[in-house]
Amino acid sequence: MFCSEKKLLEVERKVKANDREYNEKFQYADNRIHTSKYNILTFLPINLFEQFQRVANAYFLFLLILQLIPEISSLTWFTTIVPLVLVITMTAVKDATDDCFRHKSDNQVNNRQSEVLIDGKLQNEKWMNVKVGDIIKLENNQFVAADLLLLSSSEPHGLCYIETAELDGETNLKVRHALAVTSELGADISRLAKFDGIVVCEAPNNKLDKFTGVLSWKDSKYPLNNEKIILRGCVLRNTSWCFGMVIFAGPDTKLMQNSGKTKFKRTSIDRLMNTLVLWIFGFLVCLGIILAIGNSIWEKQVGDQFRSFLFWKEGEKNSVFSGFLTFWSYIIILNTVVPISLYVSVEVIRLGHSYFINWDRKMYYSGKATPAEARTTTLNEELGQIEYVFSDKTGTLTQNIMTFKKCSINGRIYGEVQDDLGRKTDITKKKEPVDFSVNSQAERTFQFFDHNLMEAIKLGDPKVHEFLRLLALCHTVMSEENSAGQLIYQVQSPDEGALVTAARNFGFTFKSRTPETITIEELGTLVTYQLLAFLDFNNIRKRMSVIVRNPKGQIKLYSKGADTILFEKLHPSNEDLLTLTSDHLSEFAGEGLRTLAIAYRDLDDKYFKEWHKMLEDANTATDERDERIAGLYEEIERDLMLLGATAVEDKLQEGVIETVTSLSLANIKIWVLTGDKQETAINIGYACNMLTDDMNDVFIIAGNTAAEVREELRKAKENLFGQNRSFSNGHVVFEKKQQLELASVVEETITGDYALVINGHSLAHALESDVKNDLLELACMCKTVVCCRVTPLQKAQVVELVKKYRNAVTLAIGDGANDVSMIKSKRTLTQWGMLHTWSPRGAHIGVGISGQEGLQAVLASDYSFAQFRYLQRLLLVHGRWSYFRMCKFLCYFFYKNFAFTLVHFWFGFFCGFSAQTVYDQWFITLFNIVYTSLPVLAMGIFDQDVNDQNSMDYPQLYQPGQQNLLFNKRKFLICMAHGIYTSLALFFIPYGAFYNAAGEDGQHLADYQSFAVTMATSLVIVVSVQIALDTSYWTVVNHVFIWGSIATYFSILFTMHSNGIFAIFPNQFPFVGNARHSLTQKCIWLVILLTTVASVMPVVAFRFLKVDLFPTLSDQLRQRQKAQKKARPLHSRRPQTRRSSSRRSGYAFAHQEGYGELITSGKNMRAKNLPPTSGLEKTLYNSTSWIENLCKKTTDTVSSFSQDKTVKL
Amino acid sequence: MTWSATARGAHQPDNTAFTQQRLPAWQPLLSAGIALPLFFCAGLAFIGLGLGLYYSSNGIKELEYDYTGNPGTGNCSVCAQAGQGRAPPPSCSCAWCFALPELFQGPVYLYYELSNFYQNNRRYGVSRDDAQLSGLPSALHHPVNECAPYQLSAAGLPIAPCGAIANSLFNDSFSLWHQRQPGGPYVEVPLDRTGIAWWTDYHVKFRNPPLVNGSLALAFQGTAPPPNWPRPVYDLSSDPNNTGFINQDFVVWMRTAALPTFRKLYARIRQGNYSAGLPRGAYCVNIIYNYPVRAFGGHKRLIFSSISWMGGKNPFLGIAYLVVGSLCILTGFVMLVVYIRYQDQNDEDEDEQ
Repeated sequence: MFCSEKKLLEVERKVKANDREYNEKFQYADNRIHTSKYNILTFLPINLFEQFQRVANAYFLFLLILQLIPEISSLTWFTTIVPLVLVITMTAVKDATDDCFRHKSDNQVNNRQSEVLIDGKLQNEKWMNVKVGDIIKLENNQFVAADLLLLSSSEPHGLCYIETAELDGETNLKVRHALAVTSELGADISRLAKFDGIVVCEAPNNKLDKFTGVLSWKDSKYPLNNEKIILRGCVLRNTSWCFGMVIFAGPDTKLMQNSGKTKFKRTSIDRLMNTLVLWIFGFLVCLGIILAIGNSIWEKQVGDQFRSFLFWKEGEKNSVFSGFLTFWSYIIILNTVVPISLYVSVEVIRLGHSYFINWDRKMYYSGKATPAEARTTTLNEELGQIEYVFSDKTGTLTQNIMTFKKCSINGRIYGEVQDDLGRKTDITKKKEPVDFSVNSQAERTFQFFDHNLMEAIKLGDPKVHEFLRLLALCHTVMSEENSAGQLIYQVQSPDEGALVTAARNFGFTFKSRTPETITIEELGTLVTYQLLAFLDFNNIRKRMSVIVRNPKGQIKLYSKGADTILFEKLHPSNEDLLTLTSDHLSEFAGEGLRTLAIAYRDLDDKYFKEWHKMLEDANTATDERDERIAGLYEEIERDLMLLGATAVEDKLQEGVIETVTSLSLANIKIWVLTGDKQETAINIGYACNMLTDDMNDVFIIAGNTAAEVREELRKAKENLFGQNRSFSNGHVVFEKKQQLELASVVEETITGDYALVINGHSLAHALESDVKNDLLELACMCKTVVCCRVTPLQKAQVVELVKKYRNAVTLAIGDGANDVSMIKSKRTLTQWGMLHTWSPRGAHIGVGISGQEGLQAVLASDYSFAQFRYLQRLLLVHGRWSYFRMCKFLCYFFYKNFAFTLVHFWFGFFCGFSAQTVYDQWFITLFNIVYTSLPVLAMGIFDQDVNDQNSMDYPQLYQPGQQNLLFNKRKFLICMAHGIYTSLALFFIPYGAFYNAAGEDGQHLADYQSFAVTMATSLVIVVSVQIALDTSYWTVVNHVFIWGSIATYFSILFTMHSNGIFAIFPNQFPFVGNARHSLTQKCIWLVILLTTVASVMPVVAFRFLKVDLFPTLSDQLRQRQKAQKKARPLHSRRPQTRRSSSRRSGYAFAHQEGYGELITSGKNMRAKNLPPTSGLEKTLYNSTSWIENLCKKTTDTVSSFSQDKTVKL
Repeated sequence: MTWSATARGAHQPDNTAFTQQRLPAWQPLLSAGIALPLFFCAGLAFIGLGLGLYYSSNGIKELEYDYTGNPGTGNCSVCAQAGQGRAPPPSCSCAWCFALPELFQGPVYLYYELSNFYQNNRRYGVSRDDAQLSGLPSALHHPVNECAPYQLSAAGLPIAPCGAIANSLFNDSFSLWHQRQPGGPYVEVPLDRTGIAWWTDYHVKFRNPPLVNGSLALAFQGTAPPPNWPRPVYDLSSDPNNTGFINQDFVVWMRTAALPTFRKLYARIRQGNYSAGLPRGAYCVNIIYNYPVRAFGGHKRLIFSSISWMGGKNPFLGIAYLVVGSLCILTGFVMLVVYIRYQDQNDEDEDEQ
């Protein structure tokens, strides 16, 4: 972005509507977007510049420059430039294709059409030609082209509805409304064309929920806020048209400002590799210094006398200077310990693994036709090292679909399925669901398997009717008819939706409501109830009630709410029913269902009138209004008659329980971070087996002040250690005080399962620095941690906390915009010099559940798939394999290059430390990129120790990754020692064999070139045998590559030693005839054989003994797998699906209070839906206030990031 | 961009063995059934090979004489003394006489050995021009820079052959005399000096520049000999097939050694009465001592050696095979013991289960 410098100066933006000339003065960006980095001309210079900023590439460039200095050039330039060019070309091609895609998508977006008001006429324009200050018209379901100031819309009061899924992932509609003055413009083109307001506002920024500005028009000023702005990326919904004025265009829009570059994530292997590469550089310098000192001594003692054959230019005779030059020469020669091909190979392997993830049919969700997708190709092996999984709840663990499962009406359970023998059975697909086809209003997707309820309805059981009537009346649902005449419910909480839909299917259809009436269709007849009072839900009441008058004139109070609350309000006559229902509730809860108790009360007219009058008084009262109302509500909601209870299933995603069980067996800790309420969160915890009744304790931290939280944490810890002490017979646990290092030790001594539940308020306090450690210590000792009511920022903070202090690899999985913060790594927001107050970084790996709540989480994620259960396969199979392969690859690669390079070091002692190479220069050039790259790549891509089924069946196989066992510094040192040993064998066996030896024909044998060929051939054979040993899964590709590499070596060898190529380039190929001559000598083959056996046998013996003495699980499984191709699981791994049976019923309404008020006032109803009488006047009367009210609620909803969603059923 | 993401990859992945990572594969396991026999077989084979190598190496006769001429080591010390500090050293001859009590089984090869001579030094090793040596006329007159300071003569003429290797050409020469009976006349033993260079070196790598008017001397016109050389390259031998760049001594010298102590073939003895070897009797090697090595602490040796099926005398390989073979067997036993004990333990474990 070249313009960014200039833009930094923009502190205020001034835009005049319909005046391009005026706006051009400021040179605002137009609406063309550029996400691409290069064009054809700039590609080469910019790309090369970027590439040489990488340390590795710069290092090799530096080597290349060293090689151009003749005094120290120990290798010819092509040994470095060939691999370097290869690498740079490959990267450039990849960058170019990436950029091509970006160009394509840019073009696609830039060429979208929009209607722009130009010269008093609406004209079609491409998006990229839209300028700041233009007035554009949007139609329903169109994407918004730029950040607009809403001027007018088709809806009353200049309202318009937008969906912001692309921006923040929320699918619920948001309301924007135009200024009253501008909304009067309506669709009047001529008036709009004359609109010449000037907007002065903030400079472009990335804050999605903030906007400040002032509109000056016709000599008056109007303040502007976020409610008047429609952002690019939104979609217009439920609004047939609207007009807006472009404020920010193209790169200045908030959407584009937010799509900052993500920080490059590194895996722990990457970091380890970088450390090791530094070590190796240190090692290299040490070797260089040793050899340089050797050279100085040699020059002084031997070289000086050797003067008649060796020469130095006068002035260079100084042996120290010679040593200095030799140092650099050896740096060049020995650089192959860190070959450039390492970096490329790692990338290629990761790319391969990413493709395997994309291709995996077992992670393909046919329901939504979404395959898994590795959106980042650089993190795969980290998937094999995850210790903590942070999971969102709604949409991730659960489907966010509530289904009406069971109910208990008047002491009888409906919804249980019995087989022919009358036993309870699980609902299977075979069972015939209840046929709702007679009911034209029925919702197709609803399924109920118990025919008894339908029977009871047909029989006209009054309690059943009353029950369903209550469900159809007592709620806050809004109805709407779509174009096909189908009834659509707009619900605030999916629970309610489930209940109302159930009632609808059983013939009690909620049809419509006005502020004063509710119309339902009862078994085919329309009945309109008069809504007398609406006793809304709140957190304390945990219930809601409606008071209605039915057509017969009876007044009834219908109430539904948490059983604990409602049962206290019952009429004493309900005792028997209460016990029965209570048992049923326990049963429901045991199955993980969300329950509600249902009750009603008949009111007499007089009593109600009195009460209503008192309510009206209370409403108008100024002091203690809320308390008085609450008191009145209490007063009327008593002596209720129990009807029964409902049980709604918060449907878990498929396979969640199995996945959770399996992941915990893999020692992965799962933390649930949810915006839901505590009860809901705990419920789900139980439902997916994260919390069980077998747990020793579940600590609940719900303090409201820092002190309370600290106290609760302390108690919990005490409790935990206390209990543990009794369990573990007096383990010494008193020194654990706040020492995080010790925490892990203590963790080992903790027996028993604990769980921690903490809510958002407490979390805010607990995350403060002094309590943080306590929290962490406690949390890490618990098997399960559930954080509820957390904000997105807190989610990220929790992740950060664990990441930072536990030094563990973390994974965050979520589906919604509120999960983005924990999924995504920090964005670079510095372009405008602004940073979030504290922007913690997300987890190491972010996983997005696709296709649930918009795209934001997926876009921010590193991996995405459609179902939570695929996490099991992603981690246990792909992650484990990736880690396993990457570690094997690295071990082998380092080994190979040590073996290859260190031979030069040994040779140094015999060639006067003169930086003479052991091998042919061509061999050095080709060794890493041709002779040995493909077999190890094939191993890195295809190798498997155990197959995928066993990886899933034995989650314990995952643990070596978490403990970093397969590649760490120790392993590296072993590889290094192995490499050094091989290099010793490679050098000294030929040395001994060649010492003063003669060939079969009597000709001398020990010439430099034969020596080089012998050693090179031995090396290629030794490393090939080694990779053959390392490869545990020989696919066709491995065979081709391993045998092919050896064949390639020999064919290239013979080609380069052939007469023909020597005749063309005599100076480049001086080894003519060597291969022919050397490789026909028995003696040389004997040397090669001996070298190979001497290098490989110890490894074979070591591995054999290791497998015999200390077999790992993977070793055992491999043997088993071999023994019986179809291995049966060792232990039964069927996860327990039995749920515990403790009562966890709770009022499961996820919505916030206050919607009842909106309903009774009719404020959120469309004007056309309202009765033409008083309603309209009422609306107009307090129009400003109700819009504000609504907007306030909308923003509340947004800012609190609760799970409240308007879901269309 | 964000909006296009939904449309992507809406297809089910292909169900192939490759994409599903189900490629049929051979999964070798390092089981006892493979590893133990492997170790024992390899061990036995290596011991066998080692014994064979060791005995055939021991069967090879070698006769070695250090003629460096360090003071008090024979009559070459005179020459060494004479050549001290003089460049070029004056021609001097000395002799090495020895007696063979029995037949020295042929074919017999005569080598010279230099020690402490760093032909593998990088600066020395690169100082040559293979293009020039391959007879390219252009390269003949324009030696590569690597040859410096033996690239151009003091007069500015290109040196042919250029470079330090050529300049340091070994120039001692030997002749072998045989006295059949004591007191009898010394007969010169014919030394075959033709087949001492590699075939490819002699026929491909080293070529004389095209003759000018049938004369090699004219072909080298405009070049200077290396400074240490007493004669130009085309005068190395009178035999037209053994002079210039294809002089076999020169070719052998130019194939630089890998180690600072090295042998180079000087001649074969396989003609006439000597095809079966050197018969018993007294022998004298007449050495023309030119090459100075004492300055850098080097040694010059003469070696008569026969060869076996696996080449010249070198006990190392045989011993190494024996050692590795024994180690294999030893490791094999250790593995066997561990395997048996582990098996028992394993069985017990399984019984317990």
